[in-house]
Amino acid sequence: MEILSYIFDNLGLIGERTLEHIAIVVVAVGLAILTGVPLGIAITQNQRAADIVLYVAAIIITVPSIALFGVMIPILSVIGQGIGYLPAVIAVLLYSQLPIIRNTYTAISNVDPALREAAKGVGMTPFQRLRQVEIPLAVPVIMAGVRTAVVMNIGVAAIAAYIGAGGLGTFISRGISQTDPRQLITGALAVSVLAVAADFGLLWLQKKLTPRGIQIPR
Amino acid sequence: MIRLEDLTKIFETPAGEVVASDRVNMEVPEGEICVLLGPSGCGKTTTMKMVNRLVSPTSGKIYINDKDTDAYDPIKLRRTIGYVIQQIGLFPNKTIEDNICAVPDLLGWDRKKSRKRASELLEMVALDPGTFLKRYPKELSGGQQQRVGVIRALAADPPVMLMDEPFGAIDPINREVIQDEFLRMQGEFKKTIMFVSHDIDEAVKMADKIAIFDAGKLIQYDAPDDLLAHPKNAFIADFVGGDRTLKRLRLITVGEAMMADPPKVTAEETLDKATKLMEEHGHISVVMTGPKGRARGIVYLADARGAKGKVGEHHHKLPATIHMREDLRTAVSMMFTHDETSLAVVDDDGFYKGYVTQRGITHLLGATYRDT
Repeated sequence: MEILSYIFDNLGLIGERTLEHIAIVVVAVGLAILTGVPLGIAITQNQRAADIVLYVAAIIITVPSIALFGVMIPILSVIGQGIGYLPAVIAVLLYSQLPIIRNTYTAISNVDPALREAAKGVGMTPFQRLRQVEIPLAVPVIMAGVRTAVVMNIGVAAIAAYIGAGGLGTFISRGISQTDPRQLITGALAVSVLAVAADFGLLWLQKKLTPRGIQIPR
Repeated sequence: MIRLEDLTKIFETPAGEVVASDRVNMEVPEGEICVLLGPSGCGKTTTMKMVNRLVSPTSGKIYINDKDTDAYDPIKLRRTIGYVIQQIGLFPNKTIEDNICAVPDLLGWDRKKSRKRASELLEMVALDPGTFLKRYPKELSGGQQQRVGVIRALAADPPVMLMDEPFGAIDPINREVIQDEFLRMQGEFKKTIMFVSHDIDEAVKMADKIAIFDAGKLIQYDAPDDLLAHPKNAFIADFVGGDRTLKRLRLITVGEAMMADPPKVTAEETLDKATKLMEEHGHISVVMTGPKGRARGIVYLADARGAKGKVGEHHHKLPATIHMREDLRTAVSMMFTHDETSLAVVDDDGFYKGYVTQRGITHLLGATYRDT
């Protein structure tokens, strides 16, 4: 009850923090799509490059977020951004690379070779083949990667509260330092709800973006 | 017209050089179907794919309508060549309409014009445009998809088409239907076609000329009947099969092989006259026709000789008749089925046009061997 009344008393604050949280994840994953998808497509052309890129992305994802924030403080302090929004966005951006690059790479390289040959045979340029055939067919798998990145990084962004990035993690960090279970549970609950809601929202978007012709069950 | 000059492709593999096409020289005349035939790995597909530059030649030249294809950008070249593959390769994310219009769209045709053309082409392969234009490939059966695959290649009206085992993945019954349909369209469009197959029966059916490959080399390039009658070497004799002379039966229609202006009698004529007619021609039977000339029955010499009366009183039912358009394979099969040595030949309206006999067919097939 205590928790519920805390939540109701602080709805405005929760909303504000949620928006901060979303601002980190949306901007960072958005940038990650802009970098990861082209990179994932590019490495389908070269097996060695693909191995290296996927390996590096896998290493990045194993670095604990707290450690990553710690590393970025001295580096970003050079431009006066050691803590706060920027390092949080960079961390989420980095963690998003693996699911997005790997799913893009897998989806594009798994396009049926017969379709690729047909696309070539009718006289499409490499760009037209990507735009008209390969990317539309890869959309469901790429979007699945984006969903993974978003859900995972809603959790990462909560930790960014420790470097002053704001967001729902603030409730959790304060709850811990003030031994206040109301704030702690409110924060944890809000992060979970946000993650589930984002996953459903993106699933809907994934269906919208998937061409109708490949949704038909056989 | 497609002309290949000393066309060679050498693949570099870890195991060393593999010569896929070895100085191939050939010409597919305008409006003809040339089937490239051979066992797998013989270089027929590689040779064909060099024409639209999906494989770039190591050396040699390809001319289409006397123009050197080296002079073209491969992308632009491909838009002028129809291409059909065994796996069909319809784009699953596009509607049937957009699939058919793939090349016209790349060429920047007016949308109205290309969509109208898509409808016309669908009608040609007996698919209702109203039903199919807006469907997706997955909603079609394999046979329907391959029909769309073929008309996609025809959409921009290219003078030249390449077909890579186009009917290979379709069940035998549908395959015959689509082959016939395609031959009918080809009769109208007269494209210059290079067609890869590994099926000698398909080749005999579709080809104006057959090119047989082995180990990258073009071994024999001839009309189907010449190829079957005179295989150049043991490999080809073996490849076309021990029953190659039987395969030639498919190439000749009953109309071409029949004896025209046959003797015939009507129901009102006397048996005496029928007997004379048969003895005169050395036949053991004669066909009885109706007043307008339709085949109605048959009178046997054994019944008629010495008997009195009219033909109409002593005739038997015809065991079988065959249409002029059928091929000799069907005729021979019918003879075996009915235990007959000759068949009456009729036209669309059932008029008696002539007859084919086993001896006559044997003689006809043997003619090419006696000449040489």
